[in-house]
Amino acid sequence: MADAEVIPLGTFGRPGRGSGSARPSAAARNLARGRRPPRPAVQNATTERQQAVQPEPVTTSCTAAHDREPAADIPAGDWLGAISTASKEVFGEGWEPRLAEFLAFLRRRLTGDYRVDEFGFDQEVTERFFLAAIRPIAQKWFRVEVRGVENIPVEGGALVVSNHSGTVPVDGLVTGVTIHDHTGRHLRALGADLVFRLPVVSEIARKSGATLACAEDAERMLSSGELVGVWPEGFKGIGKPYSERYKLQRFGRGGFVAAAIRTGVPVVPCSVVGAEEIYPLVGNLPSLARLIGAPYIPITPFFPLLGPLGLLPLPSKWLIEFGEPIRTDSYDEGAADDPMLVFNVTDQVREAIQQTLYTLLMQRRSVFH
Amino acid sequence: MGRVVLVTGVSRDLGGRFARLVDADPAVERVVGVDMVPPGGDMGDVRFIRADIRNPVITKVIAKEDVDTVVHMSVIATPGTGGGRTSMKELNVIGTMQLLAACQKAPGLKHLVVKSSTAVYGSSSRDPAMFSEDMAPKRLPKSGFGKDAGEVEGYVRGFARRRPDVTVTMLRAANALGPVADSPMAQYFRLPVIPTVLGFDARLQFLHETDLLEALRQATTAGVHGTFNVAGDGVMMLSQAIRRLGRPALPMPSFAVSSVGSMIRRARLADFSPELMEFLTYGRGVDTSRMRNEFGFEPDYTTEAAFEGFRRAVGPGLVSAERVAGFEELVAGKLGSGRG
Repeated sequence: MADAEVIPLGTFGRPGRGSGSARPSAAARNLARGRRPPRPAVQNATTERQQAVQPEPVTTSCTAAHDREPAADIPAGDWLGAISTASKEVFGEGWEPRLAEFLAFLRRRLTGDYRVDEFGFDQEVTERFFLAAIRPIAQKWFRVEVRGVENIPVEGGALVVSNHSGTVPVDGLVTGVTIHDHTGRHLRALGADLVFRLPVVSEIARKSGATLACAEDAERMLSSGELVGVWPEGFKGIGKPYSERYKLQRFGRGGFVAAAIRTGVPVVPCSVVGAEEIYPLVGNLPSLARLIGAPYIPITPFFPLLGPLGLLPLPSKWLIEFGEPIRTDSYDEGAADDPMLVFNVTDQVREAIQQTLYTLLMQRRSVFH
Repeated sequence: MGRVVLVTGVSRDLGGRFARLVDADPAVERVVGVDMVPPGGDMGDVRFIRADIRNPVITKVIAKEDVDTVVHMSVIATPGTGGGRTSMKELNVIGTMQLLAACQKAPGLKHLVVKSSTAVYGSSSRDPAMFSEDMAPKRLPKSGFGKDAGEVEGYVRGFARRRPDVTVTMLRAANALGPVADSPMAQYFRLPVIPTVLGFDARLQFLHETDLLEALRQATTAGVHGTFNVAGDGVMMLSQAIRRLGRPALPMPSFAVSSVGSMIRRARLADFSPELMEFLTYGRGVDTSRMRNEFGFEPDYTTEAAFEGFRRAVGPGLVSAERVAGFEELVAGKLGSGRG
């Protein structure tokens, strides 16, 4: 059995069965006549296509250089036709009303034909830009999981009190988007006066519905039936070192509780887990911060070490839980001026948030998922 | 026996129009106008007396004419033709002191109406969204009209304490705009390219000039004691106002705005004072519920309507609403027809 015939299995990418030739055999070609054979291999397919194309004249191809017209000679109508076809391909059938709507929106913005409320809140631009920009960050990057949305009143004034963390106040923005997506209401944030002193930040803050955290504005917003958000820890909360994560700082002077009692609106405690880990604050430069008037200058494991890349927040998994509302409408007239009562209610809110934080931390499997 | 009303600052546009308006009121017997220069236009039946409120001759005028109501309209925001900031300050502060001294010596005086301004609240980053009458400014205006108005108000409060029998009405008017009125704000909006402070967008409130005159008339005839904010409903953003005018805005950092502002001032294009710049950075809003409930005044024009009146008078700018709408139609039409 020395001269046993070797029958190769497979074609090794060549046409024919082990013929070794680049061209298919005559028998194979006869078989293939009339219908396309299933492509046995890439190489084969290209050869076949070349063969098929070659005998035809090149009349239909407009990719040849001598055939192509300069772009300027194409009539504008064709351009617009092409654009409209392309838009249909990209945006689907309903592109035209949507484009018209977008153009109308542009015109309204350009001609100033829109309304802002007395705090400078621009609902249109908030919904179209600010919320739309933060939504993917909240949903895709931080994968926010929400609990207890039913505790947010559907209408009327209410005060959402939340813990504050994360070096950069991203938690406020994410809470705002989350509340808007679940209840359709806009969270009107109360911001520190530094926010309104900074260029650009102050403009965006006002347009997105924030106002200065002072008793007058808080009461004004609450009594006009808005959903107001407050982060009473302030800079003590977002600027605390990573080692103190999820430990609530002092809750200011309880001014927010006094405002809620005065207007008789419920206080909704909100606990955010996950924001502490986005920029772990491991160091601070207090003297430099004092020099430039900033509340703190953060040093995280990645910032300023990696430069701009260090500004990327870590993709921690977020849990936001809204607790049961604490009613304030049962107190009598002068209750807001009773410091003991105000302190007690403040402590009650603080305890509620702290307990929920611990519970959520127990339930969380790990920081990142 | 009707009322005898003395109006100061009658040669200025608003003063003159107010004098004629109040003269037409049936409760008013006659109106005496006082100013340093004769009024330009027709004053109707208003009697004009050329007097400087900065000297004691005003005491004689009040006594001789048997005035029972004084309307003080010469707290001015623009130095105007009569010299610079020094004479403006002198007219505002010394003029008011002298006028109030004269009023104190006039036993027949029953009403005093002072046109003040919301500029007394100043503008700063720590301001509440809406100032009500009993709030103090977070940062006192350090110079200019706001400071003058604050000082004038101080003297008026002192006068009200010393003469409790006189009904004192102080109206803090928001920026008056309208087809005619000329104010630093109107001059600013008339610039072909409007400089703004980069990164800030001020909230503005306007009061239509006819509403301002009507509020002053009501203060003169009704006589409600107290201080009231007077402003049109609603708020506009500075950027929004500039877009409605159809003029290009030129945002620049605040330090550049102040130097450009002083250039504009030197070129006499507009009265671009440092306090105007602060106002354009932080804006200001005032609460008008006391005007509605206690003073009983309801402005005919909202902030937006007042601005619209001004816009029509100014005429369209480079990027007018018509052009933008035309461009929109062009694009939408072309795309629509190109579809077929």
